[in-house]
Amino acid sequence: MAGFIARRLLQGFAVLVLVATVVFILGRLTGNPADLMLPEDATGEDRQHLIEALGLDGSLFAQYVAFISSALRGDLGTSLRMRQPAVEIFFSRLPNTLAIIPWALLFAMAVGIPLGVVAAINRGRLLDRAAGTIAVLGIATPSFWLGIVLIFLFSVELGWLPSGRMGGPEHYVLPVITLGAFLTAGFMRLTRSSMLEVLDSEYVKLARIKGLSETVVIWKHCLRNALIPVLTLWGVFVGNLITGAIVTETVFAWPGVGRLTYEAVIYRDFPLLQAVIILKAILILCINLCVDILYAYVDPRIRLT
Amino acid sequence: MRSTPWLCILVIATMVFMAVFAPLLAPHSPIDQTLRDKLLPPFWLEGGSFKYVLGTDAFGRDILSRLIYGARISLLVALLALTAGGGVGLVVGIVAGYLGGVIESILMRLVDAAFTFPAILFALLLAVTLGQGLGTLVIAISLLLWASFARVIRGEVLALKQRDFVALAKVRGCSEPRIMLTHILPNVLNTFMVLVTLNIGVVVIAEASLSFLGAGIPPPTPTWGLMVSEGRGRIGDAWWVSLIPGLAITALVLSVNVCGDWLRDRLDPRLRQL
Amino acid sequence: MSGDNVLEVRDLATYFFLRRGVLKAVDGVSFNLRRGEVLGLVGESGCGKSVTALSIMRLLPKDTARTVRGEVRLAGENILARSQREMREIRGRRISMILQDPQTSLNPVFSVGEQLREAIYRRTRQPMAQVMKEAVELLRRVEIAAPDQRIRQFPHQMSGGMKQRVVGAISLSGRPEVLIADEPTTALDVTVQLQYLKLLKRLQSQTAMAILFITHDFGVVARMCDRVAVMYAGRIVECGPVQHILERPSHPYTQALIASVPRISGGGDSLTTIDGQPPSLMNLPPGCRFAPRCAHADPRCRASYPSTVPIGVDHTADCWRLEGR
Repeated sequence: MAGFIARRLLQGFAVLVLVATVVFILGRLTGNPADLMLPEDATGEDRQHLIEALGLDGSLFAQYVAFISSALRGDLGTSLRMRQPAVEIFFSRLPNTLAIIPWALLFAMAVGIPLGVVAAINRGRLLDRAAGTIAVLGIATPSFWLGIVLIFLFSVELGWLPSGRMGGPEHYVLPVITLGAFLTAGFMRLTRSSMLEVLDSEYVKLARIKGLSETVVIWKHCLRNALIPVLTLWGVFVGNLITGAIVTETVFAWPGVGRLTYEAVIYRDFPLLQAVIILKAILILCINLCVDILYAYVDPRIRLT
Repeated sequence: MRSTPWLCILVIATMVFMAVFAPLLAPHSPIDQTLRDKLLPPFWLEGGSFKYVLGTDAFGRDILSRLIYGARISLLVALLALTAGGGVGLVVGIVAGYLGGVIESILMRLVDAAFTFPAILFALLLAVTLGQGLGTLVIAISLLLWASFARVIRGEVLALKQRDFVALAKVRGCSEPRIMLTHILPNVLNTFMVLVTLNIGVVVIAEASLSFLGAGIPPPTPTWGLMVSEGRGRIGDAWWVSLIPGLAITALVLSVNVCGDWLRDRLDPRLRQL
Repeated sequence: MSGDNVLEVRDLATYFFLRRGVLKAVDGVSFNLRRGEVLGLVGESGCGKSVTALSIMRLLPKDTARTVRGEVRLAGENILARSQREMREIRGRRISMILQDPQTSLNPVFSVGEQLREAIYRRTRQPMAQVMKEAVELLRRVEIAAPDQRIRQFPHQMSGGMKQRVVGAISLSGRPEVLIADEPTTALDVTVQLQYLKLLKRLQSQTAMAILFITHDFGVVARMCDRVAVMYAGRIVECGPVQHILERPSHPYTQALIASVPRISGGGDSLTTIDGQPPSLMNLPPGCRFAPRCAHADPRCRASYPSTVPIGVDHTADCWRLEGR
């Protein structure tokens, strides 16, 4: 188990370095990155100052080393617009995003998993097709549009819920549903196919031979096994949520890192965007690592080897 | 699903038709502004007329015309991105699967890394560094696709490698590039096509999302995502500006997914696990 | 109903309703299983042995398969007429089953102890400590060493033979009257097979359980069974005491089957096989199903299905040629 964790850590670190390198390269693709970091009204002198200050007059390799070393020290640049260290801004907004992500995940599971089980048990029949249709709708509806439609229905027309900003529980409802909708389909499809495989297995037959009730057979013997592959995708799902939050937070004016990303794009705030990407990469890798550990723990075949 | 999804086929055909014949179909110019006629509702609401069937936006531009031209962009980007991203994935998959060894390890590690990290973020970075435009958008979306194509194709190639006709070609002294090109490639093409159909929806949504976030093709070119974004502030009094283009996106992606599933069921149910 | 029979199967027929057609997996099977005896059910793969077992247990895949006629009497009452809920009471307690592949018949995410506990708990609602003690005892009975440690282990930590013993323990926990063993040793190592068969024999003599032993291997039949029923293309073609059948197989298929068992003493010639293939279960011939492969077939054999002919004491076969012997 410890070896497993160590390997995963190493892999994660490798990916992180890769991401940082790609970001570094992209920043220098179209000439001097200083041009990306300067406000419109900068003079030639300002530009030269910036180039020297950031060490952009050195060789590419020297720049890379400087980039990585300052990153390791926690310095990922300063936002053009807000004139604060990007890392600071990121961490000040992060809690807001972390506030809705778990709810969205929970929502998607609470709706998606039972739908998947029902679909699998009723394979080929009406309930299965209905669940499948809901799933496809979940995937086909762009989340930004879903959010706007929800706002239109529940906020503008019905006035039941607020249309944005953070606040009390009623502010959470629509963003959580919007963020989780896409994932619901994913959970449903995965649970369904996983259950179908498990339903056919010999140990399910043995459970029935033992005379256990159908409820126990499905919800204890089948689901426990069917959820293991679902667990492996948790990491991917949370990654999707973090990127999905970009759109959702924008639509609902939610002050999280998703909206921060949007602002960085709209205002062409390159240093901030660069920092956000690297920090998000770290976040996603950490979550994936946790999920992998959880998975190894839950599946006794891995835990006890 | 056994019955032919006629409605979905109709939707797709309509969109393609709109895209191809846009200049002939659109009643107005998609970019000309007529501020006098701004924010008019669609014809079935009070204040609407058949002059602007689906209403106008804040700049007086006809929604229907913009919708029609927007179909062009969506389908064009989809085509280009699927070709580029799918193509790269295809090549990587064949090379990695067939050559094996160190090359395969490196390539597959890259694929794994690509899977771990969401590509939308890179797409946004590209838009900021390279500037908005069709090229940037296509490259960005291709980044989303290549890894999943590569993974699946490589799996196919691993299985194909063992087949007799490959051994025969080797015995005859064919060079490796030649084998990959003339023997392996034709045999993975139908998997490739299935992957393409499966990913059309993904690409359309990706393009729409990037446009919505301001990282797609810049205005005044009408893209559906951009239209939704533009109408956002006016959702209270002019809901049609945002809701109608979004409906078009949903309808297209839904139809593509349903038809894709149906095609797959008919052609080869084995491919279900894709 | 003779007092000796614990299980009576009459004209059992189970069909699979597929898109391509109707597959008659079991088409009129009848046999009796007596208290305390081991009845072998032997035949090639695909002849319907497992489907017979599943039909008796009523565990057929409900979307595609259905038992279309027949009766299965357990101690007098027809269990085919019972509801699924009533069947659940019967399963595990009065009839139990051992499946073929030990690698897949145990749930990988639950410990052996937990899987035993479930089975025991169904029979008696005792406190946990009691139940676990009984579980350990069951493991001991199936001759697993250090049962109190094994009870906490997971299936993947055990060998195939040991897993199959656990499956055996689970089946015994309900103290069933009838045990159906569906090729229990086929997936085991040859060295382990013999041990397992001996274990089964021992358990059977201790509990006076009746066993329906399904296999494709006549060698195993010779070792384990008191009587044997030979199955071909969904029907039983010969049934009788094992000794009789081994010495004087009467049905041509039985003869061919026994002849094809390789003998170590034989002079190392080629293996005898039976020419041809079993008929498609969707397209069965009108007459005797073995006729296309039978060296002695005549027009009557091909025209109509043979009636059951008594050959000796408690020994019957379905063959026109045997009439009047």
